[in-house]
Formats: sequence, C-alpha cells, structure tokens
Amino acid sequence: MKNHFELFGLTPAFALEAESLERSYRGIQARIHPDRYAHAGDAERRASMQWTTRVNEAYRTLKSPVQRAKYLLEMNGVDVGFETNTQMPTDFLLRQLELRETLAGAKQPAALDELLAEVRREQRLLEQGIAQLIDGSKDYAAAAGEVRKLMFLDKLAAEIDQAYEGIE
Amino acid sequence: MALLQIAEPGQSSAPHQHRLAVGIDLGTTNSLVATVRSGVAAVLPDEQGRALLPSIVRYLPEARVEVGYAAQARQAEDPKNSIASVKRFMGRGLKDVAHAEHMAYDFADAPGMVQLRTVAGVKSPVEVSAEILKVLRQRAELSLGGDLAGAVITVPAYFDDAQRQATKDAAQIAGLNVLRLLNEPTAAAIAYGLENAAEGVYAVFDLGGGTFDISVLRLSQGVFEVVATSGDSLLGGDDFDQRVFCWVVEEARLPPLNARDMRLLLVKSREAKEYLTTHAEARITARLSGGEVVDVALGAEKFCEITQTLVHKTLGPMRKALRDAGLGAADVKGVVMVGGATRMPQIQRAVGEFFRRDPLNNLDPDKVVALGAAMQANVLAGNKPSGEDWLLLDVIPLSLGIETMGGLAERIIPRNSTIPVARAQEFTTFKDGQTGMSFHVVQGERELVADCRSLARFELKGIPPMAAGAARIRVTFQVDADGLLSVAAKEATTGVEASVVVKPSYGLADVDIERMLRDSYEHAKDDMHARALNEARVEAERLLEAVRSALAADAALLAESEREMIERQVAALAAVASGSDHRAIRQASEALNRATEEFAGRRMDAGVKRALAGRKIANLDL
Repeated sequence: MKNHFELFGLTPAFALEAESLERSYRGIQARIHPDRYAHAGDAERRASMQWTTRVNEAYRTLKSPVQRAKYLLEMNGVDVGFETNTQMPTDFLLRQLELRETLAGAKQPAALDELLAEVRREQRLLEQGIAQLIDGSKDYAAAAGEVRKLMFLDKLAAEIDQAYEGIE
Repeated sequence: MALLQIAEPGQSSAPHQHRLAVGIDLGTTNSLVATVRSGVAAVLPDEQGRALLPSIVRYLPEARVEVGYAAQARQAEDPKNSIASVKRFMGRGLKDVAHAEHMAYDFADAPGMVQLRTVAGVKSPVEVSAEILKVLRQRAELSLGGDLAGAVITVPAYFDDAQRQATKDAAQIAGLNVLRLLNEPTAAAIAYGLENAAEGVYAVFDLGGGTFDISVLRLSQGVFEVVATSGDSLLGGDDFDQRVFCWVVEEARLPPLNARDMRLLLVKSREAKEYLTTHAEARITARLSGGEVVDVALGAEKFCEITQTLVHKTLGPMRKALRDAGLGAADVKGVVMVGGATRMPQIQRAVGEFFRRDPLNNLDPDKVVALGAAMQANVLAGNKPSGEDWLLLDVIPLSLGIETMGGLAERIIPRNSTIPVARAQEFTTFKDGQTGMSFHVVQGERELVADCRSLARFELKGIPPMAAGAARIRVTFQVDADGLLSVAAKEATTGVEASVVVKPSYGLADVDIERMLRDSYEHAKDDMHARALNEARVEAERLLEAVRSALAADAALLAESEREMIERQVAALAAVASGSDHRAIRQASEALNRATEEFAGRRMDAGVKRALAGRKIANLDL
C-alpha cells in the first residue's frame, strides 16, 4: 500500500466520493478491527491494532478537505508551509479581519450560527477551486496558496467553536 | 437454485466451542453482569433472583468483606468501612472529589489516587471495585457452570485515561480477562439498535449515579459509529441526593452531623428523590443518633428548584456533542435514555425540550448497558459467525496533549478521534550528551496544563549521546481500542529504542497491582500457583486455537519454511500446555507469539486486499 488512496482502492484526486471512501473504510475495518481479534493471540491483536490505527489515520486524512489537499500536495512534492509561508493576498486578509470582527461582536448563539455558515460557504468555494487546481490544471503551487486560505478558515471555525462555549 | 456455502478465504469455517463471556456494568450505584445464552442477552441474577448488585463494599475485621445488599443494609451503622459510590474515586485525587467534607469516609492523605482507611487497612478504589467484580465473576461462573473466557466491562464514555486504567486494573485483580473496556452509551446503543433495527443518527443520554455521558452515534447496516461524545464525569444521581441532603439539613436546621447521621440522611434523601419520580411530595423522616427527629416534606416543585443547576449542567455537553458531530438537534432521530437518574421528570423534560422530541424510554435504564456489554462480549469472544456480527467504531472522549514551555498544553490527539489512534511527535535534546528526557502527558480541552487532567510523566532513558539538538526522538502516543494510552520512543537517526518509564499521576504502579493481586489471593485463600497455572493454560489454549485457525485459513501466505517454524512452536506449546510449569507455558506462548508476528501482519494486509476485492465484485452488481 503505497499511499492512503491506494489503501482504500481510490485514484489519488482531491475530488472524492465520500460514500466510496466510507464503504471501503468500513469494509476494511470489518476485517481487521481489534474487535475481530479480541480472542486471538498477542501477535494478532498487536498487528490488528497497528493496522487499524493506520487505516483510521488514512481515513481521517482523506475525509478532511484540508488534510486531503495537503497530502496530495506532499505526494507531488509541494509543502503547503502554513507556518513558514505567511504571505497572503491583501483582499483575503481584509476579509479575515472582517470575519474576526464579526466573531468578536457575536454575543448570541444565533450570531455564531450565521458566522459559521458564512465560513462554511467560503470553505466550499475554496474547495471547488482547489479541486480545479489539483485535479484539473495540476498547478500545485497555486493550490498550496488556496490550501493555506482554507487552513485559515479552519482555524477560524475552531475559534467560533470556542466562542460557543464561552457564551454557554 | 440451491446455494453452495463456500467459506470465504481468510475465515475459518470450523465451528468452535462456545466461549463463556459476560458483560459487566460496573456502576456507581449498582452493578450488573449479563451474558448471551442461546442468542438472547439476559442479566444474571443472584441466588435470591436479584439482578442488581448495590455497588457497596463493607470491610469487616478478620479480612471479611460484604458486598451488595448486606453492605447496603449496614452502611449507616458502619459508615467508615462501608464504601459506596467508589466509582467516583477511580483514578482521582482527593482534591478532585466533590463534597469530600460531606463524606463519611476516612481518607488517607496521600498523593495520587484517593485512598480510604478501613478496618481492613488502607484500600485503593481499585481494590474496592475489584471486590464488586469478584462477586459478579463468581455469580457468572456459578450460573454458567465454568470459567469465564473473558468479560467486557463498561466505563463512562467521558472517563479519562486514569479512570479507564483503574477500571482495567480492578478487573485484573478480580481475575477477569478483559476483552474490552466499552463505553456505557455505546453499549446502550448496541442493545437499543439491535433490538429495534435502528438506522440513522441517535443520541444516548446516560445519567448514572455518578457520571453523565452524551454520545451521538450513526447506526447503519451493522456499523455503530460514535461520531462525538461529551459529558461530565462528576455529575450524576448522587449529586441530586446531595442537594436534597443539604436542603434537609437547612430546612430542619440541623447542627453538624456525625458520619452515621450523615449517611442515614443521605440514604433518606435518595429514597425521597426516587419517590418524587411518581409522587408530588416526599416525606423525609429520621431519628438521629442524639435522639432528635427529622421530619420534613419535599415537594416536586421544590425538588426541581434545588436541582435546577444540576439539570442545567447537562445542556453544555449536549450542545458540544452535537457541534462536534456537525449536527443539529433536528438531525437526531431518537434519544435513548440510560441510567437510573434519567427517571427524574425534570431530566426527561430537559432532554425533550433540547432535542424537541420525546426521549426513548422503552429499555430498562438500569439494565440496558449490561445487556449491550454482554452482546459485545459475545462478539469479541468469537461466538458469532461472521456476517451476523457488527462493527463498532468508538472515539477518545478527551484530547491528549503534552506540556510545553510556559505550562501550555499542546494537543497531540484531538477528542473524538476514532480509536485505535496514534500520533507521533519529534523532540530533540537541549544539552550535549543528554541521554534522558521527561515529558508530562495531560488530557483535556483547555489551553493551560493546570486546567487539564494530569495523566502521567514519562521518562525516556537510553537516548544515544549526541550533540545538543542532533538527536531526533520520535515519541509515539498510541491509544488502543480500550481508549488507553501507551507511549513508545525511538531515536530516529540511530533507530535506538528509548525505554519509557511511566509515572502515573493518579494511577497505580505495577508493583502496587502485584501487591494487590497477592493480597487478593491470600484473602481468598487461593493457591496462587494453581491460579497462575490455570491462567497460563487458558491463555495457551486460546493462543493455540487462534494460531491453528489462522493456519487453516491462511497458510498460503507463508513460505513452506515459515509454516514449519510456526508449526514447531505450536507443537512446543502444545507439549508443555498440559504440564504443571506455568513459567514454561508462558515462555512457549511468548515464543509462539513472536513466531507469528510476521504472519499476523500479512493476514491484516490480506484482509485489506480482500475487502477491496469484495467491493469491486459488489460494484459489478450495480
């Protein structure tokens, strides 16, 4: 099994049929999950845990658009460099400031719901662009830039999540 | 057309003997044991036909122990030696215990897990829990007529690593082979889901005696997938008793009470709480040791009012679980109610209002967890043919992290990750020739280490000496299917394995467990050697059966010489297994385990390939 896609019998691509991934994942788990080996010997129990751990990791990576994109770019020798490459287009940064101000001003769950929906909408748009750049034009450098934007929005979504807890 | 039955490659078609396996609900208030007999899960009652075992252990002089109803009857008379709700102390320090000042126990002041002074000496909550488990084990063995092959023991989903480990240690001391630690709401979902052929998203609301869990699961075609779980491991029916107790003390203007009166009023408070489930008012009457009589009436409305903050505490976790699942209340098809405390009308109302639907109460909230655990034990013991079994995908409830500079917690494995899960992190040395390193593992969602649960400090030793910053130590955090953490470390440039020494913050060291095991043998006047021999034999039989069936199914994955080598080890183990040297049996078992390591890996690989091949064939039908 060279990569996560192959593990699930999929062609490496950003556009991915979630149902197909899930079917493969469940089919594999049904055969190797530790519950299948609970009464076996130590060697099999250990092997089952290691393999299931790996399958879970692969599934988690492919299921998340950000992780999937990062993984595909790495497969093609491109590091997204979220920590090192902090240069972002000005219009994107301005939009981020705007969203963060909305977050800071949100004092009701309904306001957070609305903001989260907005963030999700922008994420979907970015994902469509990334699919085009990776699967279509294979412009990995440009895709990396879009993935960084997606990661920004992921962080914002996590902060919105924290904000809910603050309100409650 | 007649269908031919063809055994699938990789799966043995040889029938095997039914293994005795049980599910145990080790509850805060009551414990139960259940099993699957002739395909039906049932709770095993005691000789008097009682299903529940009150989780109360009373220590008496001369190493006598009473567990259950007998201990319950005497608890007010002998409060310091009668330990109730011990589950709340599992894997906890004294400062974590709420209302310690209202408890009638004699706590020993020691770091780490809470300890209790009794007439039988200082006891750890692990030993107290082991007493309960022993009674349930004996009940099961008597009723099923044989040694148990294994047990599934349930734990609150929101239990952290220390609490889970403490539960597993208790089982070990009680002489149980733990097939799996299973989350209580997940066990309930199995019982509910199978009984009702449920499909879709369900929530399980589990308010027990001492813990609260809320799990969101997706049920589809034999797969139980936990999407998110949340809760409060310090919230349960006990807290409602405590509120009533405090109200009584205030209402009756009672002076500070002694241990006996405290326990007496607490028992009366619990009775009043239960009475209020079906009545508008409960009278609480008691004669205290000084002769004064308490006589107060608590109305249902007042009861709701004094417990409102407790009910409110369930809302945050419910919201969080749904948010983590990325779902809204409307996406949930049904809410399964579990735990005796969900009988309270104010709880039913709160859940109904939150999910905007009537909660599902068609299962006995006291028994459903044990029944689900029994069903899972039956599958894990290998008693269900493939195709009739199901797949359970559970998660880790709390994030795992390590302490970094400035007392901050860096998240390594996020909450709600499907288990088993592992994450590796690289560290480097900061001094020339440094051969050791230590780090602090914490569990929780907060940024500051001080606000998280301290799990353990790990010390790495045997790092090869190098210049500062040159070593690359790859530390792997592995959480297994029981939700338990283990840590392994390797220096990446040399491949040298560092040894990992674990210092649990609230757990027991291996030497403590060994001592407790010895004590438990002596106490039971068991022959330690006979027990060790029996355990080694059972283990050897299990291993032999597993390897033989693996060879029968997948010998094709081995070269001739490899197969011969494994068969030699099988023969060697079979030769000593009937002997009386338990060390020789253990050694031969270990040798066989080592000899089959590569084979086991290839079998997993083949399993993955077969799963994909199966899918391709299935796709042809479309």
